[in-house]
Amino acid sequence: MNLFRVFRYGDYGDREAAAAGETKYDTRAEWPLWEVFIRSKAGLDHKHAGSLHAADAAMAVENARDVYTRRMEGVSIWVVESKYIHASDPADAEMLYDPAHDKIYRHPTFYNLPDELKHM
Amino acid sequence: MNQQLLFYTLQLADNALINGHRLSEWCGHGPVLEQDIAISNIALDHLGRARSLYQYAAELFNALPPEERSTVFNSPALQEKVQMGALLDEDDLAYLRDGWDFRNVLLVEQPNEDWAFTIARSFYFDVHNFYFFEALKSSTDKMLASIAEKSLKEIAYHLRWSSEWVIRLGDGTDESHQRMQNALNERWMFTGELNTPATFELNLQETGAPVDLGIVAPRWMQKVTEVITEATLKLPASTWMQQGGKNGVHSEHLGYVLAELQFMQRAYPDMEW
Repeated sequence: MNLFRVFRYGDYGDREAAAAGETKYDTRAEWPLWEVFIRSKAGLDHKHAGSLHAADAAMAVENARDVYTRRMEGVSIWVVESKYIHASDPADAEMLYDPAHDKIYRHPTFYNLPDELKHM
Repeated sequence: MNQQLLFYTLQLADNALINGHRLSEWCGHGPVLEQDIAISNIALDHLGRARSLYQYAAELFNALPPEERSTVFNSPALQEKVQMGALLDEDDLAYLRDGWDFRNVLLVEQPNEDWAFTIARSFYFDVHNFYFFEALKSSTDKMLASIAEKSLKEIAYHLRWSSEWVIRLGDGTDESHQRMQNALNERWMFTGELNTPATFELNLQETGAPVDLGIVAPRWMQKVTEVITEATLKLPASTWMQQGGKNGVHSEHLGYVLAELQFMQRAYPDMEW
């Protein structure tokens, strides 16, 4: 199984040109996709930062560290394989979300918050 | 004695620069995007450490008496500056010295070949770096001790990264196992030099500035054996150990590295952008 391919100076593109017309790449051999969640500082929630490829969870955490926290973006990382994320169907959007539009009374905006309270 | 300390500092700086440059050759050519970024990050870590060490080396050089300064290096471009009485900075040391004035170990100048060879070189070097800089934290030289303190966190990550790859490839498919074993075997002959002190290291020993390589060597061997065993690989058979890098005697590969690394400054001296 070909886990990854090596490109060095000069050989980029040659292989593609030679293989034009053939099946280019076996996507089943690719590493699975992972979703990355980063906590930017203690006390805050983990937020979705993006996704990446990795062979397993340990590598996903390390890759996330290198890809998403190199500019001091985070203090904690969660990863979950993308196939385990279940999403709502865009076709159901009207049914699911529109009814909330005219229900302003559900917002807690009628309270006065003390200034010391951050991140509400 | 200060000249010995200069050589010692340069040796550490050259290791960092040349190793960092080799890793940076992967930038844009990594096997997958994530590892391309990881290896480029690591290359930059080494480059950062090289800068701190070159700055200190330049300081040590500039503090030498003038008559001593003119005999330290043999590189024409650098000598020209020194003869004019100019003080040197980090860039002069990185860009104007020729191969014979470089003191990096032979291991770090070896070519990347494929991913397994790159990992083998990094793994041997990272294990050494980790135990070496751990010991350098207690150096009597305050500057070296603080550079060690600062570098150790990065180096701990480098070691984890390269060890994981040795295990991943060794314990992977038949082909990755074979390639990893082959790379470890091929690079083994350059590992002896890591823990063999050069004359300037021995001369400095009584000052307490350098690391006692006698302490690093068994730790290196233990860690390397541990990881290689976990990777279901075999420790390479003992062989003739190459050396000479610490004294400026290099393999032909260093010349090509420097040709690329120094081209801009040599072609357009003191250019800035």
